[in-house]
Amino acid sequence: MSDSLTSRPQLTVTARQNAESPEELAKRKNIIETESLSLSYGESRALKNITMAIRERVVTAFIGPSGCGKSTFLRCFNRMNDLIDGVTIRGRLWIDGEEAFGPGMDVIELRKKVGMVFQKSNPFPKTIYENIAYGLRVAGIKDKATLDETIEQSLKNAALWEEVKDRLHESALGLSGGQQQRLCIARAIAIRPEIILMDEPASALDPIATGRVEDLILDLKRDFTIVIVTHNMQQAARISDYTAFFYLGELIEYDTTNKIFTNPSKKQTEDYVTGRFG
Amino acid sequence: MIRERPSALDRTFSQGEHLIWLTGAALAVCLLMIAGLLVIVVKNGAGYFQPHPLTQADTADGGKILGVLLGTESFRKFNATNSAVEDLTRSQFKLGNRDVYGIDFKWFEHTEITNKTRPSEAVALERDEYGDFYGYLTALKEQGKVIAEGDAAWAELQRKHPVARSVAEERLHVQKVEIGRVNAAIQEANIQIKRAERRLPPGAERDAATAKAQAIITTQQAEFEKLKARAGELQTEGQRFVAVMRTADGKEKEIPLAEIVRAFKPNAMSSSAKAGHYLSKVWEFTTGEPRESNTEGGIFPAIFGTVVMTLLMSIAVVPFGVLAALYLREYAKQGFFVRCVRIAVNNLAGVPSIVFGVFGLGFFVYFVGGTIDQLFYPELLPTPTYGTGGILWASLTLALLTVPVVIVATEESIAAVPRGAKEGSLALGASKFQTLCRIVLPASLPGILTGLILAMARGAGEVAPLMITGVVKLAPTLPLDATFPFFHLDRKFMHLGFHIYDVGFQSPNVEAAKPMVFTTTLLLLFVVVALNLAAILIRDRIRKKYRTGAFA
Repeated sequence: MSDSLTSRPQLTVTARQNAESPEELAKRKNIIETESLSLSYGESRALKNITMAIRERVVTAFIGPSGCGKSTFLRCFNRMNDLIDGVTIRGRLWIDGEEAFGPGMDVIELRKKVGMVFQKSNPFPKTIYENIAYGLRVAGIKDKATLDETIEQSLKNAALWEEVKDRLHESALGLSGGQQQRLCIARAIAIRPEIILMDEPASALDPIATGRVEDLILDLKRDFTIVIVTHNMQQAARISDYTAFFYLGELIEYDTTNKIFTNPSKKQTEDYVTGRFG
Repeated sequence: MIRERPSALDRTFSQGEHLIWLTGAALAVCLLMIAGLLVIVVKNGAGYFQPHPLTQADTADGGKILGVLLGTESFRKFNATNSAVEDLTRSQFKLGNRDVYGIDFKWFEHTEITNKTRPSEAVALERDEYGDFYGYLTALKEQGKVIAEGDAAWAELQRKHPVARSVAEERLHVQKVEIGRVNAAIQEANIQIKRAERRLPPGAERDAATAKAQAIITTQQAEFEKLKARAGELQTEGQRFVAVMRTADGKEKEIPLAEIVRAFKPNAMSSSAKAGHYLSKVWEFTTGEPRESNTEGGIFPAIFGTVVMTLLMSIAVVPFGVLAALYLREYAKQGFFVRCVRIAVNNLAGVPSIVFGVFGLGFFVYFVGGTIDQLFYPELLPTPTYGTGGILWASLTLALLTVPVVIVATEESIAAVPRGAKEGSLALGASKFQTLCRIVLPASLPGILTGLILAMARGAGEVAPLMITGVVKLAPTLPLDATFPFFHLDRKFMHLGFHIYDVGFQSPNVEAAKPMVFTTTLLLLFVVVALNLAAILIRDRIRKKYRTGAFA
């Protein structure tokens, strides 16, 4: 694996794509849908009337310059923006057919369905084992055997098991940055969400660790819907099936990754992906 | 134009070097003051335990004195006969023998005393009553008959003293502990009678209860008579061996060995004997009970009271302060009102402590305590049980006094918990409450403990509010002992801070109490340092356990 990492060519869009054709992917059902979703922090509008649909079990990348609202949009999906004072949201959002901002929505249930991996890896100051057990325990799972099994499976899925199996009960803070981020991914998948939101998961990692996380994302898309925010256009090109380009709080273009990077229909998109601005 | 090179002085100012000097000087002054405090307290306090040598001298009126030379000072005196100011020096002697002379401290001008010597035969006796006795041992008597004289008497005294002393200690035990227990039982039975009269209707049931209590009183009274007789026997037994002592000016005095705490010849002691004496005094001081209106003996009850009070305060202040801080930081809607609350809490920390004392007296003692008495101890009224000062009320008053410290420290440490950890927890489907309990509180525990350390440091040294909420000069019992229910939160207690005030300023024998002031201060410092050290060690262990990520 490391050979392919060190000698990875730039912008090999199809090299690491799965065999599925765009037509097959297009048949997948929509798991996240928004309808003219707007969000403002106090007076300033961060998102303007965004309407889009994200398909199930594909990797969707959000790209765009800093402050374009892509992270804010991502954080709507698990209602993380609720924690910020002075945020008002208009428009509608459905997660797996349920209205996320509807009155009957239980935020805790929503977050169990929509996991999240943050830009800065944030393992809890606990052991590796306890980090993954955390989400299971708060969900009420107490049985030791179930915990052990789920934790092992999650670490294997996150390609971390071989590295940490002998030190499960040591502090997670002793892991390297890349391992910490993969631990956070393992923690997120342990509670079996349907969607995993990733907010620039590799931006603080070196190229090798980034490569591992990218491989992991490609593995995970068989089971999970992945929405990833990234500043790194090569990364978006390498791992995503669909790409959405945001600019100044608006969704400019949303199409297959191949199309966005090779033949975008909007001038702004072309300027951005070719590096003329942003 | 070429700029002139700035002068050295300008450079110094522009680089802020003068400020570095200023800050360094300020730190040095602070350190010097702290070191000075420690030096003065240790110098005055630590000398208290050593055996002081006895000095004998002839006085101008032909008498002789024997005592401890405490200090010498020079002074100026106006001589009326030749209208000149004379420079004189005078020395203070502790003469002891209060039962013989009436006073035990005296100043002598140096012109008045001559021929100072340190006779090796001089004997110092520490006694249960009347302070120290300084003199010479002439003989030892048993039942009025002389059994040894001269040097032999000293050897015999050393041999007989432990036996005689154990008799005295047994008598004290009988008088204090056993008779105390009987008194408590009689008192309890009396309460039972009152309770029966108040709560049961007249009839067989009430009569039965009263009779049962009466039976207890009768048996306990018989027990009391027996114990009284036993104490009397021990008292007589204690008079069996008597040391015949002669003062420096030739007066004879018979002192029963049982009343002697320690007998030693300070001028003839070897270094190891002096060290042993020192350690034995330190042991007595830290584990013994006070004698002679607190000017002699130990201060164990005060140490115990201070520690128990501080622990009770900690138990009360931490949950209270942490919950308040959690609400303020995590649940309350941040705005004008919360800002006002925060300012009020901060200002509370600056309110003079006596104000808290007055509040504690009015609220805890009179209102809460009075209500408890009305509800649970109506038989005892008008004698209050909880409606008077006690260790519980004093601890709660101090908890109130220190709660702002805990709130502020907790709020800061909650705010310092990384946002990422909180978000990570919420993103995993944890509720806010689960996040608080499992992530936020463990991570802010070291900060909470810092608050507790500050609170303890303030609380353990506070005296003013205690004086009106339950501290006493001499408590007959400890707040924690072997009698049911073991914790007696209604009891009054002794406290090191108040003890310092008491021996220093309320003592009938100011000169005798003076060394105690510094020694007790030293001990209070030790107790506060020990309590803080314990909390710091716990905090460090927790910090290691919950260390938050420093990087990544």
